[in-house]
Amino acid sequence: MASDAGRDDFIIAIRSAFLKKGTRQKFSLFTLLLISIFVLSLEYFKSGPVNTFRSITKDIIFKGSYFITGPFVYIKNNYYNFKDHLQMYEEYTDLKNKDLNLSSLLHENKFYKSENERLKKLIDEKNIYSDDFILSKILLDQQSPYLKSVIINKGFKHGITLGVAVKEQSYFVGKIINVNLLTSRILLASDLNSKIPVIIEPAGANAILSGQGQNDYAELEYLPKLKKIKEGNIVYTSGVDGIIPPAIPIGKVIEKDDDIFVEFFVDFNQLKFVKVNN
Amino acid sequence: MAITGIRKIYKSFIHTFPIIFLFFLAFTGFDFSFFLFKSNFSFNFIYIVIFYWVLKKPERLGYGLIFLVGIINDVVQNLPIGISSINYLLLCAIASFIRTRTLMPNLLYDWIFFFVTIIIISSVNFTTLTIFFDYQIKYSTLMTSSFITFLIYPVLSRVFNHINLIDLKEENAK
Repeated sequence: MASDAGRDDFIIAIRSAFLKKGTRQKFSLFTLLLISIFVLSLEYFKSGPVNTFRSITKDIIFKGSYFITGPFVYIKNNYYNFKDHLQMYEEYTDLKNKDLNLSSLLHENKFYKSENERLKKLIDEKNIYSDDFILSKILLDQQSPYLKSVIINKGFKHGITLGVAVKEQSYFVGKIINVNLLTSRILLASDLNSKIPVIIEPAGANAILSGQGQNDYAELEYLPKLKKIKEGNIVYTSGVDGIIPPAIPIGKVIEKDDDIFVEFFVDFNQLKFVKVNN
Repeated sequence: MAITGIRKIYKSFIHTFPIIFLFFLAFTGFDFSFFLFKSNFSFNFIYIVIFYWVLKKPERLGYGLIFLVGIINDVVQNLPIGISSINYLLLCAIASFIRTRTLMPNLLYDWIFFFVTIIIISSVNFTTLTIFFDYQIKYSTLMTSSFITFLIYPVLSRVFNHINLIDLKEENAK
């Protein structure tokens, strides 16, 4: 008898939680849950009016978010500027002591570039390397342990396409994973879901660079056992996926507790402008 | 004249604090990450805000607004649109259920129920994302974040209690 009353109370509490509209509540939780499930199921529509509506909604939210985060971005930028300013003298003396011999390196680079192009023509290889880019500003910097991505102020209206590579100066940053009308999202190479085909030079070993959710380094997967990879080797994009151009420098090989990682050249915390490959 | 104007703004700010704070968290994607022993830890602030206010003062947070916050959070965090809304509304349902079943509110009970609630919500989140959307989520990171969220609840609960008291005082002063 007592257990029946207890069960009735339990059912009444559940019913009241889901169906009863509380004070000043316009919708019941059950109705909103059904709407949420319906909205979630719309994710399977990747084209048509649903996609256009989604893209416009995202643009509006990104712009709103850009204005709200404005003061925090300003503080963050000033903090990094101040930090850079403190390190300026050390960097200056370091560069002064280095014998870079830039002009000779530049000529050497030009020679290798033209030789490479000539050889590629000889074997009829399709060249997907492109110097064309669209300069974009970072609107939102979304970095948490789950997500490493940034939003830029260019969308499909400006000619941005899905999957293309993004660089900062000449270094690889990530690829476009979401294109809206006026904004796009870049998945950074450090994100957990990022998998980039790479080549490690001078060993010439192919591998997959897999993000670890850490801003400083990523892991190398599917490394060939026979190739010898050394600390300090440079990792470039291999371009085997046919979308990301080859030879974009990503980082250098480092060893941590007998495991091989790649330390990024780009500081993902200080991205302001990026180049999106056209 | 100016003082009464400022007082009015202050009053309405305190009154609508949970809503303003929730939208602020969703738009900025603030997760309060911090580094400890070379690892990045974070906790879910939104879970705490929703759970606390639905449990203590449900009239301050409309369910419709919570649904909207979920949509904004999904867009900002690049999640399938609708998933956060489901999580937040489930959180509301559990908090509302606990409210109707509790006779003597107590921080310790709230804290234990909060732990059970975030375990349920995190499980729903993980299952939906991995099974239906092929998302790669580190299970350990998700669980660590949930556990830190649980640990931080009493501290934030104290802060929100204080805000709630200020709001009550302002209401009574009317």
